Parts: sequence; structure tokens; C-alpha cells
Amino acid sequence: MFAIMKRELLSYFTSPLGYVFIAVFYLFSGIFLFLFTLTSQSADMSYVYTGMFFVMLIMIPILTMRLMAEENKQKTDQLLLTSPVSLPRLVMGKFLSAFAILLICMLIFLVYGIVLSCFASVNWAVILGNIVGMLLLGALCVSAGLFVSTLTENQMIAAVGSIGLNIAFILVDSFASVMPTKFLQEVIYSLSFFSRYNEFTIGIFSLSNIFFFASVAFIFLFLTVRVLEKRRWS
Amino acid sequence: MIEVRNLTKQYGSKTAVKNISFSVNEGEILGFLGPNGAGKSTTMNMLTGYISSTSGIAKINGIDILEDPISAKKCIGYLPEKPPVYGDMTVKEYLNFVYKLKKSKLPRESHLAEICELVKITDVKNRLIRNLSKGYQQRVGFAQALVGNPGVLILDEPTVGLDPKQIIEIRTLIKRLGKHHTVILSSHILPEVQAVCDRIVVISSGSIVANDTTDALARNLSSDHKLVVRSEGNPEEIKKLLSGIQGMERVHINREAEPGVYEFFLEAKQGADIRRDVSKKLSSRNYPILLMKSNELTLEEIFLKLTTGDNYGGLEKYEKALDSKEKESGK
Ligand SMILES: Nc1ncnc2c1ncn2[C@@H]1O[C@H](COP(=O)(O)OP(=O)(O)OP(=O)(O)O)[C@@H](O)[C@H]1O
Ligand SMILES: [Mg+2]
Repeated sequence: MFAIMKRELLSYFTSPLGYVFIAVFYLFSGIFLFLFTLTSQSADMSYVYTGMFFVMLIMIPILTMRLMAEENKQKTDQLLLTSPVSLPRLVMGKFLSAFAILLICMLIFLVYGIVLSCFASVNWAVILGNIVGMLLLGALCVSAGLFVSTLTENQMIAAVGSIGLNIAFILVDSFASVMPTKFLQEVIYSLSFFSRYNEFTIGIFSLSNIFFFASVAFIFLFLTVRVLEKRRWS
Repeated sequence: MIEVRNLTKQYGSKTAVKNISFSVNEGEILGFLGPNGAGKSTTMNMLTGYISSTSGIAKINGIDILEDPISAKKCIGYLPEKPPVYGDMTVKEYLNFVYKLKKSKLPRESHLAEICELVKITDVKNRLIRNLSKGYQQRVGFAQALVGNPGVLILDEPTVGLDPKQIIEIRTLIKRLGKHHTVILSSHILPEVQAVCDRIVVISSGSIVANDTTDALARNLSSDHKLVVRSEGNPEEIKKLLSGIQGMERVHINREAEPGVYEFFLEAKQGADIRRDVSKKLSSRNYPILLMKSNELTLEEIFLKLTTGDNYGGLEKYEKALDSKEKESGK
């Protein structure tokens, strides 16, 4: 599992993809920080986090697109699938590699917190809570992206497919408003990624939200394992 | 040890491998021979657990590959048709990765160095794999299969893309490994299988058509009792003359090889040696013998015979094909 994770990380950093991803992530967070926090003279970063919601949904597919698609194309999956590694471990290794990149991305928010604390009083609990929130959302996007990447041999299709899937996550909210009954509206609303994520940004740290993101991520990882298993039997 | 029983693989409605059974003992090298699309790679992919079988059993060292895949895979070194190498890693990084993937317990540095020496990739150790030539990538793929010193080696066309010198070296290596390992190698090159393997399984469109030791296969199918003779004179008379020989079953006038010289295919009863009689008969009438050779089949011909299902006159066909080629080039 760690061997696979290490290999993936290595290839993120031998190609420029890893660096570019982290740089673009820092760039966006910096722009948001400038627009929403510094120009408004406040230490409230909640709009920054809201902005990052969309950035992550669009960018993470780029990070995950080649995870399995490239293996399928180069037939290197033959090595992985015929070595004594169980499928869940293989999938976990892949997942952790992209997740590790996200961890590096999150460091920037600690830096922002430290910088802001020089000028104003900063609520560290909120900052840390938001980092956890972003990581949870990230975990979900990575596992969804990994799942889509497993379905194809083509990186581009994997990227477009998972961006599409993520946009569908965003659109969940819009469906709620057109539902005829109050009950259906509430069911859909409880699935809303945005409103759950938004609770993190305004400083609400609820277990049910953590559980929601973690379990959706788990479902996608599980589906990935199933797809790999199923392919053998086709 | 490898044991295969009634293994079948179906892709939709297409049956790639039909109900095949064979086994390979320790210290034995089995050659898996068949034309393109025969199902060699499919069988190997089933043995290594890359794909599952539709029905049937494959056991590696007594462990069912579908029941306990992890333990079974630990005993296998697999070189697939296309070497599973990562272009963005150096050879050294790649082998280290495979070493960890296979959870090998052998001392890492010395073990990997030894493998690099065996397949002669020590000098490219620090180069990116995608910059290596096809032959070197193939060698890295071979090295990968040897990591962890697995007891069972499954090699899908191991010498494809190598230069002649390296082919000989790899064959020698496989032969050496075969003493203590169980080896299956697939190929469509007969001399290769003949040179390396103890036993040959011939597979054609998914079914086994022969399974025997290399020598026995050549012996059983070759036809000492079939002769090719060239003589000068009236072909019909010679045919009549030769047909009178005890045990002769068939005399066939093949063609006029040179002006006035005819070529005959003779076939006697199985096991009969008719060379002396033919010689005596022809010289008694002053027909000179310009050529006499036994119609011994090369492995190529055996192979064609088995895989085309043609059990009669393999050589005639072969020669006809050559003839038409000559004519074409003569034009
Ligand atoms: N994934 C697949 N889906 C459908 N058919 C397949 C698939 N893989 C292989 N086949 C078919 O199974 C048959 C056997 O293929 P296989 O690759 O095992 O042949 P082979 O003996 O290895 O040939 P070669 O000498 O060309 O390597 C072929 O007819 C092929 O078209
Ligand atoms: Mg093949």
C-alpha cells in the first residue's frame, strides 16, 4: 500500500503535475484571501473557504485523472493486479497519494492564519476546523475521481467525467428548490454538499457532516474496488 | 508446480480458451506454443490471477489462484506480453518498487544487483525507463519477474524484441532457472521452444492439440516411412515400379524438378523402412536416384500440421507453397 502511494507521489513530482497543482491551488487561495479578507480589512476567512469549495471540485479531477487510467493504458495494472497486494490496499495506496498532495496544499492555510494573527486576533479553532472540512471534501473528490479514472484508459475522459460528477454534486442544491413536496426537498437538501460544507466555513463543526463526507468517500473507494474486481470477471 | 484443470475463458460469446488441462512439475520448463490469437496470453493471465477463468481450476504450488490469490501470487513471477514498466521511473526505482510490492524478504541491495547482472541491465540502472529501447524495456520486465525469487515463472514471449545475442543469453538463463523453478514460457518461435523446453503444449484456437516432451513430439509426428525421391525416366513407369514394393501405400508424382527428372512422394506402412527396396528397384531398371531423403518433419511442419488440422501431406503443401513463391520471384 505504501509502496504504491510512494510510487504515485514520485510520479506526481517527476512530471510537473504535482508542482503545478500545488502552485495553482496556492494561487487561487491567495487571490481569494486578497479579495475577500485583505481588501475588506477583516480576519474572517469564511469567503475564502467558500471559494475553495469550487476550486477543489474543479481541480481535483486533474490530480486524479491518471491514477488508474494510465495503468489501464500502459498495462502496468498487470503488475499491480498480479502482485500479492489486495485490491483494497491497492486502491488505498492510490487514494493516499493524491490525498497527500492535498495535505501539502492545506499548509498554506496555516501560513495565512499565522500571517493574519500578526495583525488581528484569529480564531484558530475555526481555521483548523475549515482545514478538516476541506480535507473531507478533498477526500470525497479524490475517491470520486479515482473511481472515474478506473473506468477508462483515457486520462482526458477521466478528468472530464469526474469534473462532470463533481458539478452534479454542486447542482444537488438546485434540485431541492424544484422538488414538489417539502419532504423531498428536505431529503435532497440533506444530501447537499454545499450546505454541509458551508457549515464548516461559518465555524460549525458537526459530526453528522464529517460522517457524511467520510461515508460518501468510502462508498466511492468501495465502488473502485468493485470495478477492479468486476473487470477480472468480464 | 502448476496444475490446470478444465480451464475455460469466455469473452462474451467468444471462447478464448476451451477446457484445457495440463500440469508443470517443479524443475520443468513447459513451452506454450500456438499461433497468434490461440489463447496463450489469456491462459497466462488466468494462471497469474489477472483475469479470472469462466470455469475450471488453476493451482500454483497447490494453491487455487481464485481461492487464495495473495498466497498464490507470492509464488509467481510474471512477465506479461507487454512489459509492465513505468516510463517515469528509473530502472533502479522501478525494481525497488517491485521489491516492496512483492514484499520480498531477500536482502534488497544484493538481490536486485544480482538480477540486474543476470539480465544485463546494470549499466542502465539509473536511466528513465521510457528512454530505454524496446529490448531493454523487455529486459527490465524480465528482471521484474525475477524479483523475490519466485518458484514459478510465467513468461509471455520473453525474447520478443531482443537482439540475437541477448536471445541466446536469455534462453540460457531460462534453462538455468528451469532447474529449480517451474517455468512456463509462450512463444510462436519453434526453435526457441525446442531449444529451451522439456515439454511442449501446442494450443490452437483455444484448445490443446498436443502435449508431449519435445523429442517425443518430433518423433511421433515425423514420418520416417515417408520418402522424397527424385529419379530420371518415365514417371508413370517409375510409379508403377515403386508401387510394387512390399509395404508401399502410396506413390505420388509431385512434379518435374528438372527436365526429365521427376520428384515422387512415397509413403509406406508406419514403421516400414523402404529405402533399400526403393534403391534396388530403381537401379534394377537403370533409373538413377538423384535424390532420396526421408520426409522428416521439422517442428515448423509439425506445428502447421497440428494447428491447421491437416494430418496428411504436410510437406507437399509446404513444398507447393515454396514452389509458388519461387515462381513469383522468378517473374
Ligand atoms: N479482453 C478481450 N475481449 C475479447 N476478446 C479477447 C480479449 N482478450 C483476448 N481476446 C481474444 O481471445 C483470443 C486469444 O487471445 P490471446 O491474447 O490469448 O492470444 P495469444 O495466443 O496470446 O496470441 P499472440 O500470439 O498474438 O500473443 C483472441 O482471439 C482474442 O481476440
Ligand atoms: Mg499473446
